[in-house]
Amino acid sequence: MVKNVSGMDFRAVNDVIRAASGACELTGCCGQRFIAAGMSDREIILRGTPGNALGAYLNGASLTVLGNAQDAVGDTMNAGRIVVHGNIGDAAGYAMRGGEILVRGNAGYRAGIHMKAYRDKAPLLVIGGAAGSFLGEYQSGGVIVVLGLDVGEKRIVGNFPCTGMHGGKLYLRSDCADVRFPPQVTARPAGDGDLAEIEKILLDYCAAFGYGMDRIMRSPFTVVTPDTANPYQQMYVAN
Amino acid sequence: MNVKEGQVRIPSGCAIAAVLSRDGARISGERIVRAMGPMHDRSNGLGGGFAGYGIYPAYKDFYALHLFFDCRDTRKACEALLKEGFEIWHAERIPTRKLPAITDEPIIWRYFVSPMPSVLSDLQLDEAEYVVRTVMKINTGLKGAYVFSSGKNMGAFKAVGFPEDVGAYYRLEEYAGYSWTAHGRYPTNTPGWWGGAHPFTLLDWSVVHNGEISSYDANRRYLEMFGYQCHLQTDTEVITYAMDYLLRRQGLTLTEAASVVAAPFWSTIAQKADPAERAAYTYLRTVFSSLLITGPFSIVLGFTGGLMALNDRLKLRSMVVGEKGECVYIASEEAAIRAMEPEAEHIWSPMGGEPVIVRVKEGVAL
Repeated sequence: MVKNVSGMDFRAVNDVIRAASGACELTGCCGQRFIAAGMSDREIILRGTPGNALGAYLNGASLTVLGNAQDAVGDTMNAGRIVVHGNIGDAAGYAMRGGEILVRGNAGYRAGIHMKAYRDKAPLLVIGGAAGSFLGEYQSGGVIVVLGLDVGEKRIVGNFPCTGMHGGKLYLRSDCADVRFPPQVTARPAGDGDLAEIEKILLDYCAAFGYGMDRIMRSPFTVVTPDTANPYQQMYVAN
Repeated sequence: MNVKEGQVRIPSGCAIAAVLSRDGARISGERIVRAMGPMHDRSNGLGGGFAGYGIYPAYKDFYALHLFFDCRDTRKACEALLKEGFEIWHAERIPTRKLPAITDEPIIWRYFVSPMPSVLSDLQLDEAEYVVRTVMKINTGLKGAYVFSSGKNMGAFKAVGFPEDVGAYYRLEEYAGYSWTAHGRYPTNTPGWWGGAHPFTLLDWSVVHNGEISSYDANRRYLEMFGYQCHLQTDTEVITYAMDYLLRRQGLTLTEAASVVAAPFWSTIAQKADPAERAAYTYLRTVFSSLLITGPFSIVLGFTGGLMALNDRLKLRSMVVGEKGECVYIASEEAAIRAMEPEAEHIWSPMGGEPVIVRVKEGVAL
């Protein structure tokens, strides 16, 4: 089913999706918020510019954006997949605890902020281009990958990455010589075990965007992890 | 009686948008109103407003004063006050369209004026400074009158309501300018009165703002030393006066002013490779430390011939820039840019504290 949602408000757009029996394609998106919020069993293709909080609380549905996405994509998502063929705005994957967000282009500020893992759930955020400042702020679980493909001279992450990070893992496709990390994390070059892990993670990504794995794996990667699971233990009171 | 700005402070999500044509081509006000549609939910109906530049070509040499009055007597008193120092070349009601969505209208007039040379020489003031003092005098001393626009060949239009309705109310489709800014308000600190809607303006400067600055009182106290009186308790007013002080009175460039209000962190300054650049940032942060604006903001500053967009250094509010042909678009959301120009290209997000300055090309008549 294909439906032009131009001029519709977000409630009406979500009603269209709920009414669809199978996969659906929405054209003419322009700023409608909360598209597919909380949905569990839909396959949705979006054209135009979907609004903020796309796929918030997503619970298993699959979204593909053939364009740019705005802020707070996948806010608190639990399961499912969001594929963005353009750039993604600020706070992508805000507090997500499961599922995956795959982005072809760049991410804004605070990608992966407050990302967490929970029992068998481990969220994944892959950014094909560069990420803005405060990447992985307060990250407590899951995996963030930044590839820096086609970003030229631009640094692949902005300022203050991993501020407050205390869990999870970051893979940056760079030697990160020019990146300053906070003292409570460790950044080290990826070893063979890490590279094998990265390759496994990127299989879906390469398939989604038609990239060859060889090209991506030709560069060095840096692995960033917090030094301890509770770096703030002594900050206020011992707990 | 309605509670007004300045009488109560309630401890903002907002929407901003702007467009400028670099070749000076006139853009209908209808286009900037369109930008606010997709961002409707960022406002709550308690304020909307617009500023247009190049909209008064027939009166371009005169200061265009836009005023709200609570009654006819106030207007008469204000006109008497104006006549003491200004030639009034033209005066009229600002044309509006009655709409169910816009209520509690004040009396809205505009005056095209020029300060009397004899008054200026007597006071030994330049034109701009005299206009600023008159605006402050009316806004703080003449109860029931409020100047909400005072630049040349530009004008602000604002009201309580959703921005799309405010645009229709002021019949903005009948104006054309080389640049426009827009605001949809979601007031969180003040009750939402017509004067408290954005843009806030002084002379040709206009500011639309999304955010809530936490340095309001520090900035306000500093600016009061130089004659700026912030009486509405809204943070945008203080940003407007800070810009007038830095740009007009101190003669800073736009980039310098941006690095005063959104100064880089000391740690970021220390990392700058160029010693001269490091020294310049250190100087500006030190000399104008009281004008550092903290807390979340994204603003667009309008001025004659250009626009400057700026985010707080932590980038706690969103801002997107795009272009198509000779037009540059700025908005809180890409969707708003698409509403103005579906084929907009080079969509990008400036970094926190990174000013985006766009100007009409040199040599183009404004």
